[in-house]
Amino acid sequence: MAPVLVLWLAVCLSVTWAVDRGNFKTCDQSAFCKRQRALKPAESPYRALLETMELTNTRLTLQLINDNNKVRLLLELYRLQGNMTRVKINELKPLKPRYEVPDVLIREPPTEPLSLLSQDENGVVLSLGAESQRVIVSARPFRLDIMEGRDVLMSLNSRGLLAFEHLRMQEEEKVEDGMWEETFKSHSDSKPNGPSAVSLDFSLPGVEHVYGIPEHADTLRLKTTDNGDPYRLYNLDVFQYELYNPMALYGAVPVMLAHNAQRTTGIFWLNAAETWVDISSNTAGKTVFGKMLDYVQGSSETPQTDVRWISESGIIDVFIMLGPTPNDVFSQYASLTGTQSFPPLAAVGYHQCRWNYNDQEDVTSVDAGFDEHDIPYDYIWLDIEHTDGKRYFTWDPHKFATPKEMLQGLMDKKRKMVAIVDPHIKVDSNYKIHNEIRSRGFYIKNKDGGDYEGWCWPGSAGYPDFTRADMREWWASMFAYDQYEGSMENLYTWNDMNEPSVFNGPEVTMHKDAVHGAWEHRDVHNLYGFYVQMATAEGLIQRSGGVERPFVLTRAFFAGSQRYGAVWTGDNAAEWEHLKISIPMCLSLGLVGISFCGADVGGFFKSPSTELLVRWYQTGAYQPFFRAHAHLDTPRREPWLFGPENTALIREAVRQRYALLPYWYQQFYHAHRTGQPIMRPLWVEYPQDPATFALDDEFLIGRDLLVHPVTEEGARGVTAYLPGKGEVWFDVQTFQKHNGAQNLYIPVTMSSIPVFQRGGSIIPKKIRVRRASSCMMHDPYTLYVALNPQRTAEGKLYIDDGHTFNYEKKEFIHRRLSFTNNILSSVNLAPDAQFTTQSWIERIVILGASKPSTVTLKTADGKESQLEFDFDASMSVLTLRKPGMNAGVDWNVMLQ
Amino acid sequence: MCCQYILLLLLLGVSGGVSAVEVQRPRGVPLSKRQFYEEDKPFTCLDGSRNIPFDRVNDDYCDCQDGSDEPGTAACPNGSFHCTNAGFRPGFIPSSRINDGICDCCDTTDEYNSGAACQNTCRELGRKERESLQKMAEIAKEGFLLKQQLIQEAKRGLEDKKAKYADVQLSKNEFEKRVEALRTVKETAEQPEKEAKERHLKAWEGKLGCESISPSTVCTEHYITDSIVSLINIFLARLSCLDATYNSTAQKARDAFDEAERALREVDDQIKNLEKEISFDFGPTAEFAYLYSQCYELTSSEYIYRLCPFNRVSQKPKYGGSETNLGTWGQWAGPEDNPYSIMKYEHGTGCWQGPNRSTTIKLTCGKETVLTSTSEPSRCEYLMEFTSPAVCQEPSSLDSVLHEHEEL
Repeated sequence: MAPVLVLWLAVCLSVTWAVDRGNFKTCDQSAFCKRQRALKPAESPYRALLETMELTNTRLTLQLINDNNKVRLLLELYRLQGNMTRVKINELKPLKPRYEVPDVLIREPPTEPLSLLSQDENGVVLSLGAESQRVIVSARPFRLDIMEGRDVLMSLNSRGLLAFEHLRMQEEEKVEDGMWEETFKSHSDSKPNGPSAVSLDFSLPGVEHVYGIPEHADTLRLKTTDNGDPYRLYNLDVFQYELYNPMALYGAVPVMLAHNAQRTTGIFWLNAAETWVDISSNTAGKTVFGKMLDYVQGSSETPQTDVRWISESGIIDVFIMLGPTPNDVFSQYASLTGTQSFPPLAAVGYHQCRWNYNDQEDVTSVDAGFDEHDIPYDYIWLDIEHTDGKRYFTWDPHKFATPKEMLQGLMDKKRKMVAIVDPHIKVDSNYKIHNEIRSRGFYIKNKDGGDYEGWCWPGSAGYPDFTRADMREWWASMFAYDQYEGSMENLYTWNDMNEPSVFNGPEVTMHKDAVHGAWEHRDVHNLYGFYVQMATAEGLIQRSGGVERPFVLTRAFFAGSQRYGAVWTGDNAAEWEHLKISIPMCLSLGLVGISFCGADVGGFFKSPSTELLVRWYQTGAYQPFFRAHAHLDTPRREPWLFGPENTALIREAVRQRYALLPYWYQQFYHAHRTGQPIMRPLWVEYPQDPATFALDDEFLIGRDLLVHPVTEEGARGVTAYLPGKGEVWFDVQTFQKHNGAQNLYIPVTMSSIPVFQRGGSIIPKKIRVRRASSCMMHDPYTLYVALNPQRTAEGKLYIDDGHTFNYEKKEFIHRRLSFTNNILSSVNLAPDAQFTTQSWIERIVILGASKPSTVTLKTADGKESQLEFDFDASMSVLTLRKPGMNAGVDWNVMLQ
Repeated sequence: MCCQYILLLLLLGVSGGVSAVEVQRPRGVPLSKRQFYEEDKPFTCLDGSRNIPFDRVNDDYCDCQDGSDEPGTAACPNGSFHCTNAGFRPGFIPSSRINDGICDCCDTTDEYNSGAACQNTCRELGRKERESLQKMAEIAKEGFLLKQQLIQEAKRGLEDKKAKYADVQLSKNEFEKRVEALRTVKETAEQPEKEAKERHLKAWEGKLGCESISPSTVCTEHYITDSIVSLINIFLARLSCLDATYNSTAQKARDAFDEAERALREVDDQIKNLEKEISFDFGPTAEFAYLYSQCYELTSSEYIYRLCPFNRVSQKPKYGGSETNLGTWGQWAGPEDNPYSIMKYEHGTGCWQGPNRSTTIKLTCGKETVLTSTSEPSRCEYLMEFTSPAVCQEPSSLDSVLHEHEEL
């Protein structure tokens, strides 16, 4: 009987806690996906009409004809600066305009000249800039091949899956099911424009690893989709999402990276409609032995990955980023959609959230709890219950009667608050925000022209049309201190439910036939959350007169969302598997530009075991966005509620985060400047080492820190792969040196967070951890110089005021620190920038050093002084005592 | 970075004019540790790990593992800073709070180099604290007197109950005897009836009818037939036949017996309740006994909360709606040294996807017995504050408390 009972319980529990898959469409239940996926690779019906070719300096245009229905398409091909190719395909003469995604590209991408190399009746060959790169346009059937030298880098429509459902009158052609109307559960989609899907295939010869297209709760390396559904991109509020599957989640970034040991490339499919991505591979499923057998027998075909994108509406607008290095792809993508916004330093600290801190007293006592237990934090968060009846921009009159008093209390401690502002607006004629939106006609309309209404937290709610610039401008103005009553400069914003979440809508979101001006919701769906965060961030900037950097967290996102703030991985659960998946989920986001990523520490649903909570803090402390959050129904879990031992473990994890803030901040600055991810997979830095290609239980922060968090219950040890042949890594706690290119077993206890510093790097820390980041502003630095086998090291130091846009006016310090020939020196990387700091260098720790006889500090004014030092021979650690020079000036330290 | 040694006396003189006897010592060192910091000798880290020249004390660089060389700077991650707080209570703060721009010590000594505009609030705090201590002490005093009464009452109550218990025990014997006597009467009276019934049963088994044992003609109409409907009718008839055979003497005896038994049960209940009350843990001197079978209410903006000590806690919406059980009496749950400071009520109404509701009651000393606050820190875990004189401790001479806080 007992096993049966257990089984029964297990079934019940899994039913209780798993996603209700029936609420969300499979490809088969999404008419266009089913229709498109039914097309199998074959000879394409499309033919290029070479006689229509027009080549100007910057673009080539060419008509394509579908021989089955004679509908003509217009192909535009651009060579973009920075080694990118843009391919645009639209109907030549659509019945009405088709949606082209605005506002995501930061500018019209600058082009480079294209030139014709050869032409005959079969096609044309164009030169792509100076590097022996060509694009071959084949006419019959139409396909594109991008070559470098003799290698094909990527082929388009090589499998003949280009499909373009032209707009038509309903009576025009044979009507298939789901073309003009579609139902899902009780919801009907009226589809007044009929079928409008677009699809295209890409072949990637030599590629076995593809990444990106977040957001999915899946491994870093994308899987082939032959035996299941494609990866889906459709922003959805998925209740209790499941792990390791291709279901859509809250955000969508239609960018895929392809990588092999020689090259990294990227595909950016700029389309905001529901999108599905199929991946297949000719090597998938083959074992290593099978591959070797192929090789020995000489029968091996080149490995190849084939990708196919399918979107419900809009046009085909693809940016092909040709690398060749991972960093090249990052800067190519950043040149299109921008880089990670540079957050205020405080936002890089620790965030304490809960649904909900009940009232002002609760906030005060949690704040005091952090001081009592000597745990730093920067932001305390308020979820929906802080409002007056889920009317955003208001406060519950009983529980939060004097918000300014509360905010001032936090400000006195140099701390901040985030309050939630969701985009669903309560339909209530006594609510100012609703009345204004309604009277200005800013709500999204339903298919019959009335204001669209859906059910969400406040009950019946309207959804402002954030695709309208005038609406966004008005929304931004609502954050002004005189509009948002009770707000102060230390109050920041959280945009949740912006998929948008509509409790009674199809798939818990908006009806696709809802209307945004000239467009259907179908066309713009995946952009909605992007716009909400854009308008909110703009509001926070404007309220300070353009001086202060905003901080806005969003749940839904799209390509370009990195420009507006942070994202988190939504409503996860207090389970070990959810802790593990936080790594690949944030790595995938980082690869497509969104660096400021984190998962709810502790898990949102359910209650974590103490061990899981501690491990989650230890992991979260080394992820870019570090926030604990919990569901309303879970018991309290502030860090001090689990006994002094666990409080100490959590305190230590948070303190490690704060000590490393100078390094983190520098990474954010770097990401903001370059688009490189902060939290990055190992292959990004070791692109030629196949052992790194699928790793997603460890990661790098910047180039120099490798983190392998403990994510197993009851772990006694972890095995970390330390990359880099001929390189060394130093354990940041013990300073023990390990060789690169090995799997290292590390015994762990509950206090262990396996973190390694790369030999050859210099990392600045502030080890005087205080109660909030801004209290540490003027504190001195300790430099950790980890020598490589060549006895050199290099690092950077970035300092600014931590919260304003003045860095754009060159008010910052940026220095290169380098160790070579036994001299450690600090050189100005930005001589035209100006900023002064009170911070000084209090200690220099050189790892892998030998014992000098004297150490001499030389400052810019020519003064020399001898430094005292300690040498630990057992670990080869040299500690220089109190050199004392200002962090913003030139100096060098010579070891003799 | 180099202000390692100061005359606190001077500083105090400048900043507040607080008159206090002060001794020269490095910044951040409490009087009790002054002897370890001697200016003309090398300093030994207080954990004994190292000797350093004295000029490295408070030189803004951490030399000692235990942080003892930097009592007055933020250099050591594990250091602590002593605020004298003349006029108030001296104390330690983590050294990470030195010069962080936030005023922590009321005497402002932690912010000597941050530019923070701190006001010396020690006198004010001291005054307030003394006032509140005084108030508390007064409350404690009065409360403690009340508590003595409560203890006396409880004692009397207990005695009463014990006496009553003895009485009831005695009367129980009476009741038991009575029950036994009536049982005999009843059984005797029932004998003819029983016999009749047996006869009837036999007859029933034989003929499936009842006319032979009953004078009633109603029954004779019911003979067995083949149909199910009539079978059911026969059953009904059989019942009515039995009814009809009840004789009034037996019935009277039965009623009397039942009555006696009921009375005995009541006595048993009374005994049980008394036993429970007598043995109940109402505190070391039964001072909480007066709360038994009382209820206390608190009204918030939405709900009326009701605490019936040792019984249950509940919540009722103010404007109609049904009552929710927030927990029934569980146990005393205070810390080991003070178990009677917290009550725990458990196993209330279950929450959706959550635990059963439970309530923790924190008791504090007060003259009156009042439910003073209620909150729900975690979903379905309620926290209430409750004042009662029964919690008041003997005020350890007010003067000594106040003096303690004057110390430097």
